[in-house]
Amino acid sequence: MNGNSPIISINSVSKTFPGGVQALDNVDLEICEGEFFALLGPSGCGKTTLLRILAGFEIPSTGDVFIDGKNMHRVVPNRRPVNMVFQSYAVFPHMTVADNVAYGLKVSGAERREIPGRVQDALDLVQLGEYGQRRPGQLSGGQVQRVALARALVKKPRVLLLDEPLSALDAQLRETMQLELVRLQQTVGITFVIVTHDQNEALSMADRIAVMDQGKVLQVARPGELYEFPRDRFVAEFIGKTNLFEGTNVGWEAGILSLLVNGLGRVELPCAEHLNHDVGLAVRPEKMLLLDERPDHGYLAFEAQVEKIAYYGSESRVFLATNRGLALEVSIRNDTRAAADEQISGLRWVAWRPEDTLILPD
Amino acid sequence: MDSWRKNPLIFWVFAVPPAAWLLLFFLTPLALIWVFSFGEKSGLIDIHITWTADNYMRALDPLYLQIFLKSFWFAGVTTAVCLIVGFVVAIAITFAPGRQRPILLLLVMLPFWTNLLIRTYALIAILRTKGSVNAALEHFWDWGNGLLALLGVEHLQLLGAQFEPLHLLYNNFAVVVGLVYVHLPFMVLPLYAALDRMDRSYIEASLDLGAGQLRTFRSVVIPMAAPAIVSGVIITFVPALGSFLTPDLLGGTDSQMIANVIERQFKSANDWPFGAALSFILMYVTFFAIALRSVWSARRDAREALA
Repeated sequence: MNGNSPIISINSVSKTFPGGVQALDNVDLEICEGEFFALLGPSGCGKTTLLRILAGFEIPSTGDVFIDGKNMHRVVPNRRPVNMVFQSYAVFPHMTVADNVAYGLKVSGAERREIPGRVQDALDLVQLGEYGQRRPGQLSGGQVQRVALARALVKKPRVLLLDEPLSALDAQLRETMQLELVRLQQTVGITFVIVTHDQNEALSMADRIAVMDQGKVLQVARPGELYEFPRDRFVAEFIGKTNLFEGTNVGWEAGILSLLVNGLGRVELPCAEHLNHDVGLAVRPEKMLLLDERPDHGYLAFEAQVEKIAYYGSESRVFLATNRGLALEVSIRNDTRAAADEQISGLRWVAWRPEDTLILPD
Repeated sequence: MDSWRKNPLIFWVFAVPPAAWLLLFFLTPLALIWVFSFGEKSGLIDIHITWTADNYMRALDPLYLQIFLKSFWFAGVTTAVCLIVGFVVAIAITFAPGRQRPILLLLVMLPFWTNLLIRTYALIAILRTKGSVNAALEHFWDWGNGLLALLGVEHLQLLGAQFEPLHLLYNNFAVVVGLVYVHLPFMVLPLYAALDRMDRSYIEASLDLGAGQLRTFRSVVIPMAAPAIVSGVIITFVPALGSFLTPDLLGGTDSQMIANVIERQFKSANDWPFGAALSFILMYVTFFAIALRSVWSARRDAREALA
């Protein structure tokens, strides 16, 4: 889906609210046609402001937004080729489900005879075909969300904007709806832009993710790339679990970077770039092995004391400390049933391949 | 809240004084007036309770029916004007910047802190022949004439030979102006409360779906504010219907309302039974309006919140 022409171009957009709060700081972003794009970040990072700028509810202080090749400057929300699913869904309580879905068609002067058919198609699409005459008050939270989806999709927008669409649902329903949204997006082929603070949601649904913090876009990448090759410390820590170390640079020679890591000692890593400053190191817990014996060469290995084990069913997280007091977290797969009874304790070797260490320039 | 059963003493300590107060100073006089409405006047001050319906029959006389109708007309026009003006004011306050909102609300409520009589006299000072409105108009008239003189056409007397003040006081117009002025806060406050509570995303969703501002107002804001509109209409209409000071001070000979007639029965005409009957007719009408509202809202609730 990548490589298509951009349907949304955000060029140097900044937004400062009255009172001086800067919500967006010089954001550049391109979203491609037919893409499932996620804006991910902690609350207050500016992702919702960016979505509301796309919908036309906020006006950028500086910068331009192009949708489908047209500059959206001074284009009011009701004239934009986008529709939005609100966090609170905003399904009109005084209308039936069918009237809610028909509303957008009626107000924009669709052919009157076509409306009932299109409404029914949209309701069928979200599997609410039988619910047209119900009132929103008679539906469950998940069903109301489907109404909000049908109401936005029936207008065949160029882009569908979704503001934290799953945050109001319980955990079980949320997972079902994640799959459902992906299926829906593939069926209708419309570009989806979703705002979320939940990394699992973004990783499992999106084609590409933009990670935001304090009004800036830190990294835009495919989910796998984002997880395995985070560009900086914030992204590495925000996406998934990670062991972060501080390394003091003691020299680079012939593609090998030598570092002194507090609590680990000397570490040598392959590094193509000639670095002469201190760096951060990140290792994902599942890249680490927990061994009884020191492994052969080819691994970085350190002895550590098991302190605590957290059992999560499919995996367990083992928390250890090196004899110099550095905390490590290793995740092990419980890939046999016997693993449930396995006792892990005492001194163990924590090992990982040097190439699984991520070097984060400070 | 249901623990009063466990501690009946506290319940009675708190419940008895207000209940006694209501019984003594509200229900008892009301019951007395109700009984009077079935009585006959004998002599100067005596009232014989004969359980006659004559007082009610007399109220249906065309003379009084006309005054009832006129009262309804005044109250209806007042409510309609209040609804339109009140909606504009309530929307303005709702969308005003956060820090200005309490100040604007205070300005709406401020007249309440002044005695009705003083406010009405202030209106007289504004509306009378030599009042503020006419003074301002006369000023404009002079100014316009000066302009004409500059153009050298003052001899044509385009604005009339001399200033004719508008007759704004002692007529039906003045009564409606006065009633609107007095009752506007009753309309603004419930409307503001409803608009303030309303989730902005409903309005944004309507805009997002392609509706313009007016369509959004008509199809989303008004239906969702309907309960507040009904409340505002009732709490404006009911006291407006029973007004007597405003028509008394601002109205002309033909702008008296039913409350003026009632007042006269109790005072100058000294006919308490008839005044009592008129009072109770007014009260039954009010009950009817409130009952209508309950039926409406019960049906609305049943329709919307079945789940």
